[in-house]
Amino acid sequence: MEILKLIDNWLRGAMTTWFTGHVPLIFVDILAWIVATVVILLFVSLLALILIYLERKVAAYIQGRIGPERVGPWGLLQTVMDALKLLEKEDIVPAAADHLLHTVAPVAFFMISVLGYLVIPWEETVTIAKFVDLNVGLLYLLAISSLAVIGVLMGGWGSNNKWSLLGAMRGAAQMISYEVPMLLALICVVLQAGSLSLGVIVDQQKAMGLLTWNLWHPWLWLPLIIYLVCATAEVNRVPFDIPAAESELVAGFHTEYSGMKFAFFFLAEYANLFMVGMLFATLFLGGWASPFGYPDPLHIPGVLWLLFKAMLVVIFMMWVSWTLPRLRVDQLMSLAWKLLIPASFLSLVVVSIVMLYR
Amino acid sequence: MTTAPHCVTDEIFLNMGPQHPSTHGVLRLMLNLDGERVMHVEPDIGFLHSSMEKVAESLDYRQFLPYADRFDYLNGMGNELAYVRAVEGLLGIEPTLRCQYIRVIMAEMNRIASHLVYYGTIGMDTGATTPFLYCFRERERVIELLENACGQRLLYHYFRIGGLRNDLPRDFCTKLRAFLHDFPPRIKEYEALLTKNVIFRHRTEGVGYLDPAVARGYGVTGPMLRGSGVDNDLRRADPYYIYPELEFDVPVLPEGDVMARHLVRQEEMRQSVRILHQCLDKLPAGEINVKVPRRLKAEPGESYARVEGPRGEIGCYVIADGTDHPYRLHWRAPSFYNLQALPAMCGNAYVADLIAILGSVDITLGDVDR
Repeated sequence: MEILKLIDNWLRGAMTTWFTGHVPLIFVDILAWIVATVVILLFVSLLALILIYLERKVAAYIQGRIGPERVGPWGLLQTVMDALKLLEKEDIVPAAADHLLHTVAPVAFFMISVLGYLVIPWEETVTIAKFVDLNVGLLYLLAISSLAVIGVLMGGWGSNNKWSLLGAMRGAAQMISYEVPMLLALICVVLQAGSLSLGVIVDQQKAMGLLTWNLWHPWLWLPLIIYLVCATAEVNRVPFDIPAAESELVAGFHTEYSGMKFAFFFLAEYANLFMVGMLFATLFLGGWASPFGYPDPLHIPGVLWLLFKAMLVVIFMMWVSWTLPRLRVDQLMSLAWKLLIPASFLSLVVVSIVMLYR
Repeated sequence: MTTAPHCVTDEIFLNMGPQHPSTHGVLRLMLNLDGERVMHVEPDIGFLHSSMEKVAESLDYRQFLPYADRFDYLNGMGNELAYVRAVEGLLGIEPTLRCQYIRVIMAEMNRIASHLVYYGTIGMDTGATTPFLYCFRERERVIELLENACGQRLLYHYFRIGGLRNDLPRDFCTKLRAFLHDFPPRIKEYEALLTKNVIFRHRTEGVGYLDPAVARGYGVTGPMLRGSGVDNDLRRADPYYIYPELEFDVPVLPEGDVMARHLVRQEEMRQSVRILHQCLDKLPAGEINVKVPRRLKAEPGESYARVEGPRGEIGCYVIADGTDHPYRLHWRAPSFYNLQALPAMCGNAYVADLIAILGSVDITLGDVDR
């Protein structure tokens, strides 16, 4: 069931036949990459729309409301309409803003959030990055996710608005601080797997389905919790929604954004959220592997399992964020530096010892 | 603050409001920030000023009643109570016992509704959106009951000088009892969701300390004063109507922080439930109105009436000059006095603290600006 690979093969085959003799073969490769890029962009945008709808429904359920229900069946088209509305809105750049930074920031933020999707193993041996498994996938992912802060800073500084600036400064401090314990927690998983390749990490969990998930290793429980907390902070969700704290900073670093630029920030936030879900699923819940054993007795494509598991994680994060209040900025810092970083070092030591004597 | 010698840092001036999600209306706060620290805060009020005290001078005593609702739009009944008591004091009218009971019932129900709005918004201010909707769900039931009684949801115009617009509807007491039965478990639910939440406690405990002496100096009243350890509740200190016959506790907490004020309000909702139970049990039959002349003319004189509102002492001072309208009316709005203490509470606070402190002051801008 290697759907993506099939499509890629068909595309390359077809294009090779069409273009043979006319253009060098490298153009076929380039075209294939372009197609893959467009596919992933569409996928991420669509996914974000679905997630926004889901978020609103989950929030409504938690808060005893109904949520969107007027546009389309069960309100399914609500987010589509919202996106269309944002598309046709006037693009406002404040007179005092740094025009270039203000325009580039949402694009950068969105692109960075999409780049992470390249290395997730969707199926056995299928990732989008050239359809092979990148052997340092996790390292790449961490590098990419730490770039997101640049988009936040650009937007906050470029808007030339004091609220935006405060939000951006908070965002920078928060994202950089939480990078450290997250990295240390993920190293524990790498120690367990012995590889930085996400494909290998999943391969090691697939053998007996549910039973061989990393989730069941007690020494990985602490890193698991640390990762989930840090990831929530990385994607700026409640209780760590400090950079965009609505009741304090109006809308934080994207106060001055409207229309499609705002939509880019919004889409990117949900793309990041789903990325966290997918990475969690890949690292701890067996990724694309079926929970019922390998090969999958139900013959469900791995990509669907991955999306399903990621969706569960995302719903859990939504549940948390619609329940808790927000931390204060100094409490956020002390949580990262005084609690999470020591705890992640501790778990690193524990996992190392376990690995040594296993 | 320590800085490297070559590095020059400056405070930034920031306008918070009048358009801001959590200034609870059109309030402007002029902030001087050192990074995230609030160095100086100055409230700038008056965006909602509507000269209602001046308006009173050109309306007769009855005509001004609906304006009283509009001072503090979350506590219409309480405002009406203060005004009606002041004018009745001027005219020497004593309402019937049944009327007094119904007025107390209405005021206490309005207190619950108002505290529920506070409870929801302090959650919003600290970043939790869900308690807000839960509180509004319960508030909706209170408001529906009030609407049942007088046909209005917020601006009631239910009290009349010398009585009430109408008696309680037939099924009012049963419905109110049903609500009183359902409500205490709900308070427990909010408590579990918000008050006992670790993050909320970290955000509120020890934040925004208000010294009792400072509080008294500014004329702070109500839950804010009681949260600073001063036992002052007009229902006890200067009782009116049937309050002396009712059994209830006045929660007083010495901590003086946001959490203390929060807990005082939370407990007051429980006490209001107690009061309402007793009122329903004791509610006498009989007339609700006393005879008053068609045209109300007060002899020259003055009258001050004060009642305990959800935000503190609501005072109404009326001077009569022998005509059918007040010579001068002054409204002692609790929000106005409580807001004055804001700078005193913001010493060394973070921006996020400022929002929580402002939420704990529980202002209504209609009340501040009048």
